[in-house]
Amino acid sequence: MIFGAILAGGVGSRMHMADMPKQFLPLGEKPILVHTLEKFLTCRQFDMVYVGVHPDWVGYTEDLVAKHTAFAEDRIAVVPGGEDRNGTVMNVIAAIEERFGPSEEHLLVTHDAVRPFVTLRMLEENIAAAREHGACDTVMPAVDTIVESTDGEIISAIPPRGRMYQGQTPQSFRMSLLKSLYESLSADERAVLTDACKICVVRQYPVYLVRGSETNIKITTPGDYKIAQAMVRELSDD
Amino acid sequence: MINRIFQLTAPRMISVKYEDLSFADRVIVRPEFMAVCHADQRYYQGQRDARVLRQKLPMALIHECCGRVVYSPDARFSVGQPVVMIPNTPTRPEDCIYENYREGSYFLSSGHDGFMRELVAIAPDRVLGCEGIDPMTAAITEFFSVGVHAAGRFDRVAHERRGAIGIWGDGSLAFVVANVLRARYPKSRLFIIGRQPRKLAQFSFVDDTFRAGDLPADLRVDHAFECCGGDGSTAAIEEIIGHIRPQGTLMLMGVSENQVPVTTRMVLEKGLTMVGCSRSGRADFEAAIELMRAERTQRRLRTILSPEEPVRSIGDIHRVFESDRSTPFKTVFGWEV
Repeated sequence: MIFGAILAGGVGSRMHMADMPKQFLPLGEKPILVHTLEKFLTCRQFDMVYVGVHPDWVGYTEDLVAKHTAFAEDRIAVVPGGEDRNGTVMNVIAAIEERFGPSEEHLLVTHDAVRPFVTLRMLEENIAAAREHGACDTVMPAVDTIVESTDGEIISAIPPRGRMYQGQTPQSFRMSLLKSLYESLSADERAVLTDACKICVVRQYPVYLVRGSETNIKITTPGDYKIAQAMVRELSDD
Repeated sequence: MINRIFQLTAPRMISVKYEDLSFADRVIVRPEFMAVCHADQRYYQGQRDARVLRQKLPMALIHECCGRVVYSPDARFSVGQPVVMIPNTPTRPEDCIYENYREGSYFLSSGHDGFMRELVAIAPDRVLGCEGIDPMTAAITEFFSVGVHAAGRFDRVAHERRGAIGIWGDGSLAFVVANVLRARYPKSRLFIIGRQPRKLAQFSFVDDTFRAGDLPADLRVDHAFECCGGDGSTAAIEEIIGHIRPQGTLMLMGVSENQVPVTTRMVLEKGLTMVGCSRSGRADFEAAIELMRAERTQRRLRTILSPEEPVRSIGDIHRVFESDRSTPFKTVFGWEV
C-alpha cells in the first residue's frame, strides 16, 4: 500500500506573527495544510493520507478535515506528532502498522504541510523512486554558491556548486526500511538528524534524487507567506 | 488545492499561473494525453492577428485531451475512470442551433484556458467516459468528433445521391473525415485529393487518391468536403466547384486566416450548397467514442499519431510545439507535469 504522511508538527515559532501554527494560516480560500492535503488526495495512488500534527492541534485539524475534505474522509487520518520531525514520521508509521499491519510493500511519502505548491508529478515520481530504490529525496540544483563555515565567522570551504542541491520534500521511502534504519540509530545519532533522508544517509543507504521545483516553496517566514499569497492571489483576482 | 495553469502569455512564451481550485460541483480530471491542433500551433507561433492575440492571451493551449477522474461530485463518474473532455461550453439552451455555433458558447483554448493545466475542473456534462479506447488515441477524440459533426450535418443537408464523395486535403482533418465517412457510407466511393503523395498513401481505406491540380477531367463527385484551410483553401474550393455535380453539397472545414474568393457564378449555376462546419458538441463526442471503440477505427487512427516524449516541464512544452511543425499528421504527448 502507498501512504502519504503530511508533517504539520510545527508550532510556528519562526513566523512571529500569530499563535496559530503556520500550516493553518489561510492561503487563498483555505488553510495551507488543506491545500497540501487536497493535492495528496488527488493522487490516486495513495491509499491513505496521514497528517501528523502537534498533539494540541489534533482536534483542530480533525475539524478542518471534516470541513474541507469530507468527500475523502475515509482516506485521511490525523495522528499526534512526536517530539521532532522524525518522531512524527515514526508515529505515522506506528499508526499505519496498527491499522494495516507491517509489510515490505508499504511505501511512505513524507511531505512538509507548509509546501502546498507540491505537484502531482513530484508525488508520482517520488512513489516510483521509492518503489524502485527504497529511498528518495526531492531536490533542486543549488542556484547560489554554497559556502561552508564551521565557526560562523570565516569560510572553511566552498563546495563545487555543480554538486550542490537544495533539499525540498517529498521524501519517500519503503516504510519498513526507514523504520529499521531509524531503530538502528543511537540517541546521539538521532539527535543530529535534520530530516528523514538523513536516517538513510547516516546508515549509508543510497537516497535517489527526484527533481523538485523552484515554486515548491516552504512557507516558513512572513516573507515566504507573502510570496505564496502573491502567487495565489495573482489568479484569484482575475 | 493549488492548481497550475500553463499559459501562453506571448508567442513562444509559457508561464505558470496558480489558482485555488476547490472541490465543488465540478468533476476534477487529471489530463494524461494531449494532441496539438493547428489552432494551438497558430497561437503558439503568433500567426494570429495581433489584435486577436492581445484579446485572447494569456491562455492555456490544447483542446484535445483525455485524462482520468480524480474527483467527482456525484456517482456519474468514478475516481480513476478514463475520460475525454469537451472544450465547447454552451451557456444557454436552444433547440435548433448546435451547441458549437450557439451564441454565448465558448471554447477552451480560444479565449478561455485550454487543457494545459495540472488538473482541470469541468462541468460534469462536459465529461464523457472513454473506456475501451487506448489513451493516446483517446487524446484525439475531440478532433475525431469534428469529423463526426461534419458527417452528421452532411447527412442532414445533402441530397441522397452519395455514390462518390470527394475529400480535398491530405492532412489529419481529411483523414478523420474519411474515416467517419467510410464507416457511415460503406457503399460510397471515397476520393482523396491532396498535394503530397506520401500523405495520400496513408489513406489506404479509400477508393482512390488524386493529386490536386492534376485531376482527371472526367472526375465527378456528388458531394465534397474541403479539409485544406490556410493558403490551400482557394485552389481547393475552385477545384471542387469544377468537379462537383449539380446540387452537390460542399462542406467547408478548413480554417483560413485569408479572404477566400469563390466563383459564385458556378455555385449558382450548379445550385450548390455550401455548409460551414467547425468544432463539435456533446452528441458528436458520444458518436465519436462509439466509433472509436471499434478496434479497426483505433488501428487506423494510430497510424496518424506521432507520439512525443512526455511533457514534464515548460521546456518540454516548447519541444512539443517545435516538433509538431515537422509532424505529418497529429502530435500526441503524455502530460506529466
